[in-house]
Amino acid sequence: MNRRTLISAIALAAALGFGAPAMAQDKPDIALISKGFQHQFWQAVKAGADKAAAEFNVNVTFEGPDSETQVDRQIDMLAAALSRNPDAIGFAALDSQAATPLLQQAKDRNIPVIAFDSGVDSDIPLTTATTDNVAAAALAADKMAELIGGSGKVAVVAHDQTSRTGIDRVDGFVNRIKEAYPNIEVVAVQYGGGDHLQSTEITKSILLANPDLKGIFGANEGSAIGVVNGKRELGSSIVVIGYDSGAQQKQAITEGLMNGAITQNPVGIGYETVKAAVAALKGETLQPVIDTGFYYYDASTMANPEIAAVLYD
Amino acid sequence: MTDTLATPAKPQGIRITGAFHRLLAFSGLIALVVVFSLASPNFMQTNNVLAILQATSVNGVLAIAATLVIITGGIDLSVGTLMTFCAVICGVVLTYLGMPLPLGILAAIAAGTASGLISGTIVAKLKVPPFIATLGMMLILKGLSLVISGTRPIYFNDTPGFTQIAQGSIIGSVFPALPIPNGVLILFLVAIIAAFILGRTVLGRYTFALGSNEEAVRLSGVNTDRWKIAVYALAGGICGVAGLLIASRLNSAQPALGQGYELDAIAAVVIGGTSLSGGRGTILGTLIGALIISVLANGLRILSVAQEWQTVVTGTIIILAVYADILRRRRL
Repeated sequence: MNRRTLISAIALAAALGFGAPAMAQDKPDIALISKGFQHQFWQAVKAGADKAAAEFNVNVTFEGPDSETQVDRQIDMLAAALSRNPDAIGFAALDSQAATPLLQQAKDRNIPVIAFDSGVDSDIPLTTATTDNVAAAALAADKMAELIGGSGKVAVVAHDQTSRTGIDRVDGFVNRIKEAYPNIEVVAVQYGGGDHLQSTEITKSILLANPDLKGIFGANEGSAIGVVNGKRELGSSIVVIGYDSGAQQKQAITEGLMNGAITQNPVGIGYETVKAAVAALKGETLQPVIDTGFYYYDASTMANPEIAAVLYD
Repeated sequence: MTDTLATPAKPQGIRITGAFHRLLAFSGLIALVVVFSLASPNFMQTNNVLAILQATSVNGVLAIAATLVIITGGIDLSVGTLMTFCAVICGVVLTYLGMPLPLGILAAIAAGTASGLISGTIVAKLKVPPFIATLGMMLILKGLSLVISGTRPIYFNDTPGFTQIAQGSIIGSVFPALPIPNGVLILFLVAIIAAFILGRTVLGRYTFALGSNEEAVRLSGVNTDRWKIAVYALAGGICGVAGLLIASRLNSAQPALGQGYELDAIAAVVIGGTSLSGGRGTILGTLIGALIISVLANGLRILSVAQEWQTVVTGTIIILAVYADILRRRRL
């Protein structure tokens, strides 16, 4: 038993065991490279993509780096996907510039590229399937104003200040408050990387620093859960508005710890991306942006069919 | 070359073992390549082989830095965030201050060396265990990268030729059929220099000696602190090179990236047969370890293996590789 036998055995097992789907290559092959993988949001995007794959009879693979900071890992994934010679590519860039040479390569090889989620800052993608994050966060601001009675202090806990979604959601919320609600003051905007624990600590420090705070907007799933945790640990009674869904957030809304949340339509993002790729393969012309929509939901509307369909666990 | 890459601190028998071991690690790599080539016609394409090499360059350079420290019996957890820190410093010098390219390169390597000096001093003089000292440095550097960059990526659009450091191809401009990216050349260059230092210089001899029996070295009148600090500084400088590579590859310094990269580097080091308890290791082994990691990642992706399973397979390979090493060692 030496290293060679061990390694060849496992590699062979890998190749035979999991390689099987790659062998059946008569269907169009579409590679999606996303910004994440294990998060429930991305799994919902994947579910939508898989649904479209079954419907349109294509093969879809879905990959993304462990964390949204790993720009180079995502580039490696895109490079490997290109080597596979796919018929089309779906891509949600962590950093558009870094991906440009590879996207150019895809264009030169006539592989259609469909951007999704935060999209790609380039003219190579044929279309972008995405949520209007600015408008969605503005809706969160409106709901916040309504729930706190139109005046007082509020804060934002967001995931990061470098990504498009982070920037758009914070701007969308803060600008809406400034423009439409002169009696409301945004006293803090802090970033917890979308990490539950970090966002919890941030929330607690905001609450302790501002005892008269009326509400907090958590700008993505991890941030929102952090806000709920912080509120629970300090026994506070502020208004909380979240973003996206997931089992924990849905439970918080049911229990009344969170007043409501904005949901994108992640399933729709995945579905529309694959659908657009299939259309591109057929040579159809695509709209430059496919708006995949968003909703505000709370305990009373959570079970409505149109909402329940886009929430994920 | 063979001699420079072998473990010099031990007598004759080990030297043969070293050669044998490299052969084994190498055959593992070959086995993977053969299996993937048979499984998919897209694997052995020039473009894909280049993609694999390109993907190895950053982790390979980081792993070489980690190897040096690990041979002394220490560990460096700060390699990933130090790489980012150096990239950010380079961005500040080139983009914010508008200085010429060579100064940016120097700044990155100097920043790495300085950070290594600090880590080494904390370990050698303050006697803080390397794990803790470099864990602290990892966090300090992560924070400083964010502070200095204002948590935004710094782009190198104003420095023409910056992307050429990793993405261009000097070889390709002479032999168009062989467009090996410069990043890969730099990896091999760093490997050759590190192997030379380990095998042919006093610093190399003390690196192994510190890992084998630091007390004995000290008692024989050697200033072990100074040599230890030198090793950490050298490793830091190499992380500076990695910072340049990743920044050039992405055409930007991404301040939030880097944490977690130390684990991939350490994985490459152990797969390559370097002992975590120090005193034993080779640069060639580390290089092969880094290649095994990227061949695996790339091959599994080419085969469209679900991502959940990719990580399971990679983890399994790491354990098997090290276990095979232990078996072989026991038998000898």
